[in-house]
Amino acid sequence: MAEKTYLQAISDGIRGEMRRDKRVFVLGEDVGVYGGAFKVTLGFQEEFGAWRVIDMPLSETAIVAGATGAAIMGMRPVAEMQFADFVSCAWDHLVTVAAKQRWRAGTPVPIVLRLPSGGGFSGGPFHSQNPESSFAHIPGLKCVCPATPEDAKGLMIAAIEDPNPVLFFEHKHLYRRIKGEVPDERYVTPIGKARTHQEGDDVSVITWGAMVYTAEEAAQQVDASVEIIDLRTVMPWDKQAVLDSVRKTSKVIVLHEDTRTGGFGGEIAATIAEEAFEDLDAPVRRIAAPDTPVPFSPVLEKAYIPQVDDVVRGLKELISY
Amino acid sequence: MATARVAEPSGSLQDVKEQGLDREDLLQIYRTMLTTRGVEERGHILYRQGKIPGSFYTGRGNEASSVGVATAMGSDDVGTPLHRDMGVHITRGVEPWRIFAQYMGRQDGPTHGRDGNVHMADERLGMIAMVSHLPAMLPVAVGCALAFRIREENRVAVAWSGEGAMARGDAHEGMNFAGVRKLPVVFICDNNQWAYSTPTHLEYAVEHLADRAQAYGFDGVVVDGTDVLAVYREAKVAIEKARSGGGPTLIECQTLRMEGHAVHDDAFYVPKELFERWAERDPIERYRTWLRENVDMTDDEEEEIGGYVKKLLNDALQRAEQSPLPDPAQLLEGVYATPEDLDTPHHK
Repeated sequence: MAEKTYLQAISDGIRGEMRRDKRVFVLGEDVGVYGGAFKVTLGFQEEFGAWRVIDMPLSETAIVAGATGAAIMGMRPVAEMQFADFVSCAWDHLVTVAAKQRWRAGTPVPIVLRLPSGGGFSGGPFHSQNPESSFAHIPGLKCVCPATPEDAKGLMIAAIEDPNPVLFFEHKHLYRRIKGEVPDERYVTPIGKARTHQEGDDVSVITWGAMVYTAEEAAQQVDASVEIIDLRTVMPWDKQAVLDSVRKTSKVIVLHEDTRTGGFGGEIAATIAEEAFEDLDAPVRRIAAPDTPVPFSPVLEKAYIPQVDDVVRGLKELISY
Repeated sequence: MATARVAEPSGSLQDVKEQGLDREDLLQIYRTMLTTRGVEERGHILYRQGKIPGSFYTGRGNEASSVGVATAMGSDDVGTPLHRDMGVHITRGVEPWRIFAQYMGRQDGPTHGRDGNVHMADERLGMIAMVSHLPAMLPVAVGCALAFRIREENRVAVAWSGEGAMARGDAHEGMNFAGVRKLPVVFICDNNQWAYSTPTHLEYAVEHLADRAQAYGFDGVVVDGTDVLAVYREAKVAIEKARSGGGPTLIECQTLRMEGHAVHDDAFYVPKELFERWAERDPIERYRTWLRENVDMTDDEEEEIGGYVKKLLNDALQRAEQSPLPDPAQLLEGVYATPEDLDTPHHK
């Protein structure tokens, strides 16, 4: 065990797999000589060479399509979008080719697509988005959103091992801010299994990514026992863990950094309404960003991203309901 | 300004022999071209009989181009043929009865009724199934070539596109990256002059699409796509060049789409004289004449081949019609791959 940042844990996960499996390689913009815009692959090219750490032209389509072709030929690509926002340029290849190839043509596409996502540092409309719900909607894709360094490493290994296209949403705001104990050895964190971030009896908060920490801070400011469920992965998502928590507390907030309408919280809330209606003592509350693009100016961004105060308010409302 | 090389027509038997084709190979090419056209003609009949759901697409006029390229590929090479490239599937050995089953949405089609028409491929034969978004499979083929390059294998990927799809960014990104890294990939542009109803002068402003190759740092070649041996020769040169580390080539095969975009389209927008002019260059008739003149294909041989194809297709139709419909209870299966699914030729 050693204390690692979230970023180091991601890096360790990829590096370890590249050492043990020569099919694993990295491709993306500036991932080689520069080590990646966020330095996740720093030192990789020195260790693995220029043909396993491939600096790509500014071509998101060629990155995802190239990864797809290489994967079909038996490789295990770990592709990087410099920012999750740029995945829009590669949408077609994820959704049209990679997601459907197994189901319609019997051809598995084992790729990992790394997506540095999320806001909180004035990245503006094109460097801050959380597009996980768009892809969770596409049958054939998996969406992973780790919150802790330990999960970041274990889920990265799981994603590389997985025979499907896996979108790995790594929250930029957690990269260097969050540290934690990470086992040195290789381990796999299963995709589709939630984690109880903290146990509680009065209210459940269902969330993932950076919002886990917002929920944690908010929980400390209310006079109630709050359970925080970190989904870890939104596709597949751990329905059972959510329903178990709802049955225990009978009050639930679904919290995410993505915008509200069509955000994945709606799916969770609907499932709770369908399957745990009788267990509820209050309406399901959603806390999410408003339906606007991500703003640039800090004061606007603060009004956009759900804050600790917003969650505190939500918790208090539910507690007194 | 035109920069692509315009290829010579196919030459004498001596030239062809030097390119590695013996008499048996030459007759086999004819057999494959006839089978290719026959599959699509039978498909047309099935469609009119109401046995094919959805729409139906053919590649009439493109038989020489698709068969010529596929014949030049090695057995370990891979490719991403499109909806005018039935000849590639036939050349690689896909059995016609499975294609008819695919057309009719039956269980024994390569996609088991999950996808239709030519959206299919037999992965064991080195082919990857196309999608409707053209030319999305072009950069995927580049990715195959990237895998070959990383593993230092002597294999080549062949990427198909039509002239219409060459306008999309996928073509640019794929060819640019392949040029930058000198990847072992050959780009085939089937230029059949019409993207649905849109003529070439509304699709691109260069003289030849193969002229674009220079911008990506590799060679471009224009070849008569109705001349199967010329297509074979140019594809062979390009594939072996790619195999030996010489990087990509863009080959533009010029043909005319002899039918509508799909079966619903009567192609009223194509001038009648154009059809008449290109009908005189029918690739199969043209090759038949060459075989008669150059390798003395006899009446008996011609009859034998024609009879073989007819029987093959009759049997195939019968077998395909016996194929069961897919079971709706299996609809949910295989959305996600399991580790066992990776037990494929490519993942070993």
